[in-house]
Order: sequence, then structure tokens, then C-alpha cells
Amino acid sequence: MSGFLQEARLKRQVWLDMLFRGMTRASAFGVLVLLAAIIGSLVIGSMPAIQAFGFNFLINDSWNPVTENFGALVPIVGTLVTSGIALLIAIPVSFGIAIFLTELSPQALRRPLGIAIELLAGIPSIIYGMWGLFVFAPLFAEHIEPWINDHLGTIPMIGAFFSGPPMGISILTAGIILAIMVIPFIASVMRDVFEVVPAMLKESAYGVGATTWEVVTKVVLPYTRIGVVGGIMLGLGRALGETMAVTFVIGNAHKLSMSLLEPGNSIASALANEFTEADGELYTASLIELGLILFFITFVVLSIARYMLYQLSKQEGKAS
Amino acid sequence: MIDIYTRRRITNRLGLIVSVLAMAFGLFWLGWILFTLLNHGLPALTSTVFTQMTPPPGSDGGLLNAIVGTLMMTIVGTLIGTPIGILAGTYLAEFGQRGWLAPITRFINDILLSAPSIVIGLFVYEVYVVHIRHFSGWAGALALAIIVIPIVIRTTENMLRLIPNTLREAAAALGAPQWKTVNFVTLRAARAGIITGVMLAIARISGETAPLLFTALNNQFWNADMENPMANLPVVIFQFAMSPYEDWQRLAWAGALLITFSVLTLNILARILFRQSASNH
Amino acid sequence: MNSTMNIVNPKVTVRNLNFYYGNFLALKDINMEIAEKMVTAFIGPSGCGKSTLLRTFNRMYQLYPQQKATGQIILDGDNILDPKQDLNRLRAKVGMVFQKPTPFPMSIYDNIAFGVKLYESLSGSEMDERVEWALKKAALWGEVKDKLKQSGTGLSGGQQQRLCIARAIAVKPEVLLLDEPTSALDPISTAHIEKLIDELKVDFTIAIVTHNMQQAARVSDYTAYMYLGDLVEFSDTSTIFTNPSKKETEDYITGRFG
Repeated sequence: MSGFLQEARLKRQVWLDMLFRGMTRASAFGVLVLLAAIIGSLVIGSMPAIQAFGFNFLINDSWNPVTENFGALVPIVGTLVTSGIALLIAIPVSFGIAIFLTELSPQALRRPLGIAIELLAGIPSIIYGMWGLFVFAPLFAEHIEPWINDHLGTIPMIGAFFSGPPMGISILTAGIILAIMVIPFIASVMRDVFEVVPAMLKESAYGVGATTWEVVTKVVLPYTRIGVVGGIMLGLGRALGETMAVTFVIGNAHKLSMSLLEPGNSIASALANEFTEADGELYTASLIELGLILFFITFVVLSIARYMLYQLSKQEGKAS
Repeated sequence: MIDIYTRRRITNRLGLIVSVLAMAFGLFWLGWILFTLLNHGLPALTSTVFTQMTPPPGSDGGLLNAIVGTLMMTIVGTLIGTPIGILAGTYLAEFGQRGWLAPITRFINDILLSAPSIVIGLFVYEVYVVHIRHFSGWAGALALAIIVIPIVIRTTENMLRLIPNTLREAAAALGAPQWKTVNFVTLRAARAGIITGVMLAIARISGETAPLLFTALNNQFWNADMENPMANLPVVIFQFAMSPYEDWQRLAWAGALLITFSVLTLNILARILFRQSASNH
Repeated sequence: MNSTMNIVNPKVTVRNLNFYYGNFLALKDINMEIAEKMVTAFIGPSGCGKSTLLRTFNRMYQLYPQQKATGQIILDGDNILDPKQDLNRLRAKVGMVFQKPTPFPMSIYDNIAFGVKLYESLSGSEMDERVEWALKKAALWGEVKDKLKQSGTGLSGGQQQRLCIARAIAVKPEVLLLDEPTSALDPISTAHIEKLIDELKVDFTIAIVTHNMQQAARVSDYTAYMYLGDLVEFSDTSTIFTNPSKKETEDYITGRFG
């Protein structure tokens, strides 16, 4: 070993170490830059609309490219309502799937069934949209919506939500398709958090004679509460921002309606349908402001989701 | 009057039946969607789909330009996003023990992971398309890359964290500098997991429509120049499916079948690969 | 508290060494010497600090931000705790083998060559010779000479551990640290490795941590007994095992401890 050669080699290694560390650091920092750039570009892009409409944009239900009077109320409501419907359906179903996969399924079926559910998440969202438009919506219009009209639509108070033309293209259809889309996301988070419950905890409950259902609802669920809520919020984040599945079946109608059977609009589908055809600065800026609002809402929801999931993993870290 | 025990048993039985039904409910949609795809897609999947360009309504045609465009943008997007994702994921797992950067990056990255992809499209439109004044394949690839990055960061960090510290210590104990330890030992040990993550990312972006609407848009003609607007399967499916023309809708089904089965195959392959390499250790 | 003795030919001298995990003091004012080309064993109950002490000799603790050491550890006249000390060079000089086998995810040949390439530019045939030399030293050559290109992770546990020893000695370190090297192995592999330690001390200064007292008695020349971060007694192995000067040591040796 030549001393001088080794010296030079060591120097180079120190330099390469710094270079490599710097590259990884810069990439990590890039993620923050990316976020800042997304927010910054959306804010700049929507500036004309913000200046023209101000806060009123959020509560104005008009969307008129001819008179250039734009408001975000209809798509915001549409986004929230479709996502709400999706969660109403997806939460109990995901819970059932997670219980099935962790507690009930024969060992041999666990993996294939788990994969099947994850494949549901792998199907591109445009396929959900197409399937919704060509297969689900017609069936829904023909068989389900008339029934809803006849039975739920006549109930006083809530009847108004359920009466409308049975066309299949509606807020409700969009909500149902969104539900199918987010089920795999919520179910797989729930399954994962159920699996971290220490076997001993469950066994002690079984040991005093609890039934499977009691173990799940009284031991597993309280133990994983934060994680379950985190998973639901994650699903909500997905549902809010979902574009293609909704665009096909929501009807793209800028009008506010009590009925869930009426067509409506969501932020993402308004963008998908109108953005490339929008002419005029104010029109484009209004659409970009819609995007900014969507990003803001999902950012808040996803932050809460992540915060809760971190809490769960911290709690888990403490326990072990 | 039924006693407590019977009531508990009934509740249990009901709860479990409901959970079995929930599972069946999930599988039911998967089965129905796949069946529909095969039903409409298979008859439409003729050889011209792979040999001809997207046609004007009323004439014969295929999806060749869209297939090529999707492949090109997916590959370029993956090639841009993967190295950045691996580097940043490596920072989070290997260098980020102290300081503020790692926890914040991790949090932001987890949010970007599920951020609405249409907003990514808007962003690329604002910072790139507006300036070059036309839609382009590069813009599409860039938007896809931005979707790839968080996925790869997440899997890289997760997989590196599975590598036992003793392996890092063993390399350090030989006097290996950190960049060598990471590149030749830990990243290598995590290779299968990271490749799985990249495959899942490819599966995800090859079906993405929303971010391409405002970036690559579409192109009815043959085009392999990423400077120009570029055809791609998802946007073609979107436009053709929404159109009133039956032959366009048929092509949309063929494209839908093609893309779904490629994506699902990639998904399954990734899992098999990961499982095999996991059982090797 | 420390019971020290003077070693004729010290390779490593530890002076007033304190070690912290965060605020927790894990090693308390350790003073001792490690004899050149001899085997020094560290024994004591779990958590006594024996592995911690071993990991200061190559500053492995430096990988973890919460851990720090104060005092001096002198290796060939240099204080290795000096912040200016080049860590990579130190670790090339002080090799280490861990509790569990740690083969790298590469071929058997590359496992050995990895460390050598870091500090030497050898030709292909020189590298071949070095790999063979190291594997022979580690008594593994006969078992693997026909499958050098196969993955190191495919070997049995005992073979993997000998591969790790071969990898450590291939860079020709001067000191070899063995951190419970046989605790994950079966009795036959353990016997292999103990025999190996005996042969290796001709060339290397060896420090071994073990929770197996018989092993310490079999392989070492000097033994240090540690308890709760203190070096209770340090002496030549036969004295420790036959005539310890401290009551605590005797209790531990005879199994009356705890």
C-alpha cells in the first residue's frame, strides 16, 4: 500500500460521500420545492379570477362563460356530496372486507383475496368511468332510480333528495362509482392497521369467551381507531380528487339541485371537461382557481389522514 | 325472551355474515368490470388496432399512435421520476436521522402521493405548456414523472428501512465510505422491493388520464416527436368513449381492455417478483 | 473500581472512557489495555456494556446521532476518538464481525473483494489470490471454492459467518473485533469458529464479546468482566476463572449471579 496513493483515495472518498449525500438531499428538498411550485403556479394562474371575484367566488352558484360570471359553489358542493356518498357506502363495506381478510378468511384465501381487492385499486379510473357510463348508469336508470323515486322520493323531508329524472347520469351515480373506487384504498389501510393489533390482546379477549364480532368491535377497533380514521380520510382524499370516474357519469351540469338524481358537477370533472376549451383569461383563471381550491381541500384532508396514521405508528412504537 | 348468550351469538353471526357479504360485494364489482371489459373489448381487439392510426369517425382505424405515445411518455416519465425518487427515498432512510428536512419531506411526500392527479396536469400546464404555447409529449411525460416520484420515494424508504442495520454496520466496519455502503450494499439488498415499487408506479401512470389532458393532449396522427402533442391511450379512450360514434366507442373498449390488462398484469408481476425475492432471503 | 493490570505489549489502550446513549451513561470510566496478537474476551450479563465497549474501538457508534464517547482510546499511538480521525481508515485497520452473519447481497467472491477494493488496486489474479487466502484463513475455501460466483446469502448460517470473518480479514486489518460471533450458530459451527480464532491470533489482535463463559475460557488469553457499565475485573483468563479477586466476578463465574 502506497501511503500517498491511499491519502489521495481517502480524499476522493470523502468528496464522493459529500457529493452523494448532497444529491440525495437535493432530491428530498426537491419534493418541497415541487409542493411550493404547485401552490405558487396555481395561485399565480388563478390571480385574475381572485381579483375579479374575491371571496364571492366560493359562494357564487353561477358559471357563465358568456357573461364571464364564475362561481365555484356548484362544483365544490358536487365534489363534497359525491365524496360524502362514496364514504357512506365505502366505510361499512371496507370495514367488512378488512374484518373478513384479517379474522374470517381461511388462510389459503387471504392472499389471493387481498390481491383481488388491491387489483380493484389498480384498475385505471378511466375504466371505472367508461364502465359507469355504458354499463352501470343505464342499469341504474332503468331499475334502481325508478324504485328510489317511488319509495324514497315520497318520504316527507328527505324525499326531495331522491326525486328526479331517472337518467342514470347523476350525483348519486358518481358517488356510487367513487365508492367502488375508494373501497380498496380504505379496506387495505384498515386491514393493515388491524394486523398490527398484538395477537396477545386478541387472544386474551377470546380467552374470556368473547365472540369474533366482539373482539373486532371491542378490542381491535378501539385499539386501531386512529388508524381506521386515517384510512378513511385517505379514501376521502382520493375521492375528492378523482377525475375520470366522475367525469363520465356526473353530467357536467352547472346547476345546484336538491336532488341526488339530478346531474351536477365536481371540481375535477369541470376541469377535465372545460379546461382545454376555455377561452378568455378569466375563464381559464377561474378553472385554475377551482384546481387551487381542490388542492387545498385535499391537502387538508390528507394532512389529517397522515397525522392520524403517524399517531398510530407512534403508539405502536411505544407499545413494542 | 332470549338470554344474553344467544343474543351475543346472533349478533356475532350477523356481523360475520355482513362482513362476508362486504367481501363478496367488493369482488362482485371487480368481476363485473373485468367481465364488461372482456365482453366489449375482445370483439373490438382486432389486429388493425395495433397496426393503424386513430381514425376520423366513420372509417377504419386502430390505436397504434396512441399505444406508442403511451409507451414513450410512460418510459420517459419513469426514467425522469425514478432516479429522483430513489435519491430522495435514500435520503429519508439513510441520511435523514437528524434535522428538519426529512420529517417534512416525508409528510409532504405522503400528501403528494395521493394528491389529485388533475392538479399535477394543471401545474405542468401552467409552468411548461403555457410557455411553449402548445401541448407536447414532454409535458405529458413530465406530469407522469411528478406522479412517479412520490411513489418511488415511499417504496425506496420503506424497503431501505427493512434492511437490518447490521448490514450497514458490516459495510462501515470494512471502512466503506457511506456512498459505497448505500449504493453497493443497502440499495442492492433492497433492489427487489424498489423494482416492485417502480413497476407499481409504471402501472399507475400508464392508466393516468387526468394529468395528460392539459399536457400531451392528443394527436390524431402518427407522431414520435415528443415536442408535439402526443396521442396516448387514456385520452383517446376518454375522447372516443364520450363520442357519439359507434366505431370510436368500439376502439375505446379495445383500448380499455388493453390498458387494464397491462396494468393488472404489471401489478401481479410486481407482487410475484417481490414475493420470490422475499422468500430468497 | 476498575481493576486493571499492565499488559506488556498493548495494541489498544483505553483511558477514562465514558459512553452515552443520549443522556444515559452506558460505560463508566473504563481503563484497560488490549494485548497485541492475543485474544481478549469481554463477558458479563446482558446490558453490561460489553458490546458497547467493543463498538467504540472502530467508532461504529458514530452511525447513530444519539451516541457519543469521551476519553481516549489509543491505537498504535493515535487517539481514535479524536474527531479528526479518519473513520474509514480506522475501520479498515480494525475489522469487525457481528452477532448475526451479514453477507452482502452479492457473490461470495464479491463479498470478499468488496472491502479489499476499497483500499487497494489489485490486478485480477492478485485479487483471486487474496480471496483464496482469506477464505482459506477462514476455513471456508474447501466448501465454496467451486461456487465463488454464487450469492453469499445462499450459504448456511455457519458458512455465512465464516464468510464474514474471511471478508473482515481480507482487508488485512490489525485488530479484529468479534461481537458474539457464535451466538446465532449451532454447536458444530461454533467449534469451527473457535478453532479459527485460535489460528487467527497469530496474525491479528482479537477482541471478542461473548455471553458464553466457557467460550471465553476456551479461546481467550485475557478476560474482562463487566457489569452495568463498569469494568469490574480484568485479568488473564486463567486468573479470572480460577482465582477472581472480586466477589462479583466470582458470583458471575460460578453462576450464583442474580
